Amino acid sequence: MGIKFYKRLFLLPGLLLLIAIIIFPLLFSIRVSFSSWNVSRSGLDFVGGSNWARMWSDADFWGAMLRLLNFGVVTTSIQYILGFMLAHYVWQGIKSGRFFRLIWLVPLMTTPSIMAIVWRSIFREDIGAANGLLKSVGLSTIGWSTEIVPAMFTIYVAEIWQWTPFMFLFLLAGLLILPKEPFLAAEIDGSTPTRTFWRITLPLMAPISIGAILIRLIESSKIFDSIFVLTSAGPGNATETPTYFLWKRSLTEFQIAYGATLALTYLIVMIIVLTIVAKVLTYISRPRGW
Amino acid sequence: MSRIFKYAFIIFWTLFVLAPLSWALVTSFKTPAAVNQGATFIPWVQFDPTLDGWQDILGISGYANLIPNMINSMIITFFASLISVTLGGLAAYGLSRFRYGWKYYGNSDIIFFFIAQRILPPVVLAIPFFLLLKNLQLLDTHLGLILVLTSGLMPIVVWLMVDFFNQIPREIDEMAMLEGCNPFQAFRKAILPLSKPGIAISAIFAVIFGWNDLFFALVLTFTKVKTLPAAVVALNGTVTPFWTLAASAIFSILPLLGFVFVVERYLAKGGFSGAVR
Repeated sequence: MGIKFYKRLFLLPGLLLLIAIIIFPLLFSIRVSFSSWNVSRSGLDFVGGSNWARMWSDADFWGAMLRLLNFGVVTTSIQYILGFMLAHYVWQGIKSGRFFRLIWLVPLMTTPSIMAIVWRSIFREDIGAANGLLKSVGLSTIGWSTEIVPAMFTIYVAEIWQWTPFMFLFLLAGLLILPKEPFLAAEIDGSTPTRTFWRITLPLMAPISIGAILIRLIESSKIFDSIFVLTSAGPGNATETPTYFLWKRSLTEFQIAYGATLALTYLIVMIIVLTIVAKVLTYISRPRGW
Repeated sequence: MSRIFKYAFIIFWTLFVLAPLSWALVTSFKTPAAVNQGATFIPWVQFDPTLDGWQDILGISGYANLIPNMINSMIITFFASLISVTLGGLAAYGLSRFRYGWKYYGNSDIIFFFIAQRILPPVVLAIPFFLLLKNLQLLDTHLGLILVLTSGLMPIVVWLMVDFFNQIPREIDEMAMLEGCNPFQAFRKAILPLSKPGIAISAIFAVIFGWNDLFFALVLTFTKVKTLPAAVVALNGTVTPFWTLAASAIFSILPLLGFVFVVERYLAKGGFSGAVR
C-alpha cells in the first residue's frame, strides 16, 4: 500500500463525516434564502434576490455587526492577554500550580446559558449581589440592565469570566510543547527574562496564538445566551448582536427565508474578516532578525 | 517586584473566578423567601440555609430529577467526544505530515474549512438540522445529537492538534519508518505516546463543549432524550427559581470537574528535543 493510501486514511474519515453532516444544512440555507418562507407561507418558492436586497439595506443588521466588531475585538484581546499571563505563570511554575490550574478551568465547565442566569441573579437591580455589595459599602446602586454602559459591562464581564480559561488552556498547550533549545541558548547568552519573553517565547507562540485568537473571535461572535438572559439586547438595542438579531427574525418572527439570508451574509463576512485577521497577524508575527 | 505582581494577579484572578461560583453555591442553599428579600451572603448569620433547592433537582421533593438527564448528557458527550478526538486527531496528523490539494486549495484551506464549521451559530443551523434528522428518523435519539455535536467538536480538535503535531519533529516519524513501520504504525507507536498533552487538551475541550451544548439539544431532542442543560433551562418559569438553578449550575459542573481532574495530569511540560536519538 502506497503513501497515497495512508494520506487518505488519515484525513478522509474525519473530513467526509464532517461534510456529510453539514452539506445539507448549508445547501438548504442557500436555497431557502431565495424563497419567501415566512410565518404565513412555508415552502420553497423562488423570489430571486429580494431577501438579499433587503439585507443589504437593513441598518439594524449592520448596526449589530458593528457592535459585534467592538465586542469581539475587546473581549478577545482581554482574554488573550489574561490567558497568556495565567498560562505563562503556570508554565514557569507557581506554588500549588495544579490547584490553581484546576480552579481557573472551572468557568469553562459551567454551561453558558445556566451561568447567564447566575449572572442575572448577581446583576438584578433589586435582589442582586452586585447592588447588595454596593449598598453595604454605602455606594449608590447601578441600573445594570437599564443603562447602556453597565449593560455592556455585565455582558463583557460574563464573557471574559467564562472564556479566559479557554485561552489559558489553549495557550498552555502551546507553551508545554515549545522546544527547549532556544531557551537554553538564551540562558547561555545571559538574556533577561523580559527579553527572553519578547524575543523567544512570544514569537515561538505565534502560530498557536493566532489559532487561539481566531477561534475565540469565531466563538465570541456567536454570543447569545448571556445577552438573551442579561439584557434581552437592551436597553433599546444597545447590546444586540447579529446572532440575537438572527434569532429574532428567524425563530420568533419566523422569517425563515430572511433569517437564512442574514446567516449566509454573516458567514461570508466572518470568513472574509477571519482571513484578513489571520493574514495580518501572520504578517505581524513573521520571523525577524535579532 | 514582578513576584509581588505575579502573586497579586494570581490571587485577584482566583477571587474573580470564585466570586460568581460562591454566589451560586450560597444561593443554592437559600429559600425562595431568602432570595427575594435582597442580597445576603453569609449562611446562618444572614439567612437560614436549607437543602430545598438541592432536593428539588435530585428528585427528592418530587419537583424534578436531573439524574437521568445527566446520564443522557454523559452518553452523548462521551461518544461525540470519542468520535471527534479519534477522527479529528487522525485528520490533524495527516494535515500536519502530508500535502493535500485540489487545484489552488491546499492544507491551510482544508484546515480553515474545518474551523469554518464553527462560524454559523446554532440558531441558524437548528432548522436545517431538524429537517435533516427528521428525514433520517433520528430526532429525539442519542445518535442524532451525537452526529450533530461531532460536526461542532471535531473542528476544535483538528484546529488544536495540527499545531500540536507540527511541533513534533518529523525525524521521529522517519526514524520509526526506517525501523520498518508503515505510516499508520509510525503514528500509533511513535507519535501517539508523545501526544498525550495534546490529546488531553482536545479531549477537555471536546467534552466541555459537548456537555454544555444547549441549543441543539433543545431543538433536536424532546422527551426520550433530554440532556442536562436542556432540563435545567426547562426549570425556569415565569418566576425565575434562582435557588434551584444555582444548585443545578453547581450540580452540572461536578462531572466535568472530576473528568478534568483525572485528565489534567497529562499536561506535563513536554518538549520533544529528547525524543530524537
